[in-house]
Amino acid sequence: MTELRIDGVSKEFGSFRALDNVSLDIPNGKFVCLLGPSGCGKTTLLRVIAGLESPTAGRVHVGGEDQTELATHKRGMGMVFQSLALFPHLNVAENVTYPLTIRGVAKAERDARAEELLDLVRLPGMGARRIHQLSGGQRQRVAIARGLAISPKVFLLDEPLSALDAALREHMQIELRQIQQRLGVTTIVVTHDQKEALTMADLVIVMKDGVIQQAGAPMEVYHNPANAFVAGFIGTTNLIPCEVADGTISALGHTMPVVDGDRVAAGSGPAQLSVRPDHVLILPKGQGIPAEVTFLRDLGDSRQVMLNADGQELVANLPQGSDVQLTPGQHVGLDFRAGERVVVT
Amino acid sequence: MSATVTETSAPRWLGLWPAAMLMLFFLVPFAIMLAVSVAHRDQSGFYEWGFELDSYARFMSGFFAKVMAVSLSVSLSAAAICVAIAFPFTVFLAQMSNRTQTLVLVVLLSVLALSEVIIGFALSTLLSQTAGIGNLFHWLGLIAEPQAYTPSLFALITGLCYIGFPFAVLVLYPPVSRLDPEIVEAARVMGASGPRAFFGVIVPSLRGAIVGAFILVFVFTLGSYLLPQLLGRSEDWTLSVHITDQAVYQSNLPFAAAMSIFLMLVALALVGLASLAGRDRGAAA
Repeated sequence: MTELRIDGVSKEFGSFRALDNVSLDIPNGKFVCLLGPSGCGKTTLLRVIAGLESPTAGRVHVGGEDQTELATHKRGMGMVFQSLALFPHLNVAENVTYPLTIRGVAKAERDARAEELLDLVRLPGMGARRIHQLSGGQRQRVAIARGLAISPKVFLLDEPLSALDAALREHMQIELRQIQQRLGVTTIVVTHDQKEALTMADLVIVMKDGVIQQAGAPMEVYHNPANAFVAGFIGTTNLIPCEVADGTISALGHTMPVVDGDRVAAGSGPAQLSVRPDHVLILPKGQGIPAEVTFLRDLGDSRQVMLNADGQELVANLPQGSDVQLTPGQHVGLDFRAGERVVVT
Repeated sequence: MSATVTETSAPRWLGLWPAAMLMLFFLVPFAIMLAVSVAHRDQSGFYEWGFELDSYARFMSGFFAKVMAVSLSVSLSAAAICVAIAFPFTVFLAQMSNRTQTLVLVVLLSVLALSEVIIGFALSTLLSQTAGIGNLFHWLGLIAEPQAYTPSLFALITGLCYIGFPFAVLVLYPPVSRLDPEIVEAARVMGASGPRAFFGVIVPSLRGAIVGAFILVFVFTLGSYLLPQLLGRSEDWTLSVHITDQAVYQSNLPFAAAMSIFLMLVALALVGLASLAGRDRGAAA
């Protein structure tokens, strides 16, 4: 069942087109990440769904109901803002149950719900605290609890974890995903962090310049990028100009036959070859594509090698323990692992 | 190394400078006023040093109690009306474009350049029978005959609000413009209607600033002695008018000083109460 349907939505701010004819069906209970660089329209799309912006064109349907013209406060959504937007004059429990207070829920019931929600976000017994007494991670949890207070049909989060440090962010990603799975609430998270999107989402929607580039499961988007932008934005990759002719890919003066596992999403003619750093193979000098090592660094679990092949910069990852001895300036050969080559336009 | 540190940081005695200025320009005149208030009045026009509470005793009469009540209620009303207008005004101002904001603030600041006398006479003309807005209302058919709206309590409070308004906006503007707009959006998404978000979230989030603006306008208008004479009836005359009258026209400095001290104590008590009310209740918990 479709919980949320975005139908041909456009949004213009003066001459700037933030959303360009965006259409999207989001099934019930899914965890969706809107992913893209800043200015790609992902936050605008979230705000249109929440009713904080009205679209210039198109409709927004929630649970089968057309909500395009409905006022924000009548939509019954839960939302976590980038700044968290907790109310400084209210304590934790009052913040969490603010949506219930607005709806006239009795005090006893609100208190019970506050306790339940604070347990859910692992802040038991913190209801009487003031907002300024909480750490960043605790505030984050309060904002999540407040967003879930009315058991919304749709839960929206705008870059919710961007203010947290790396370790805490990773922890909250897992926790947010667990909460979402337990409650089964349709959740839409805006993020610019592709790793966050890949680890949390059921459905990743990659956007650029107000247009959806690709929507799909995380691994599908990772392995089968729809175009060069998606290939470059999701994970690290090498994008190399290439030429596709029947059954072969030519790049850097080297022609490779397309084998099982290679994904060619382009017809004959010029295209882009995307190869992940793990799949760039380093060979002894004289074999494959000639290249020069320019820089080496250790990443802990692997070794990153920067290469230059006839002016084309490339990145390769060598697994730790690989006995290949390299030094900057050294001439080597390159190949791209068969079955892991992706051609996009 | 340590020498560099001591040289670059401000010397400690610099902290004594504000203290000395405060002593010189606030505590010393206050002490003189306190001494004058218990001095003996000399009928010939000045006073002799001494210690008597006659001036205070004279103040304890029904007439001056009434004047005190008028003073406080006039200033409290002016402050309340002023903040009630200035707060929503500042909230809307903060949402406008930067250009408009600068323009409006410059206009407001230029109002501060007008003297109380000019404002008083301008308003008394504007509210008069012969040249005032009564004629406009008459022309529009709202009232049968042009009438005067001054002198009256209404005219006085209008004048005080006019003077207090720029100060209220200037006190409110920085915190209002710093308010996270997402807080209001959060309240809207959580189900609050526009007015509910305004009174339930914006107003309480900025309670400190609102109380600050209220206190400023209250204290500022409490000292006004020109406008009550220009715009008010004699029964609207505030304690400040009577203090001026005693000090300047009756040459009774001890009595004027006693009234001033009393006015200051009452004002301090009210300011203390207001700041207590404006304090975040969580800070006490």
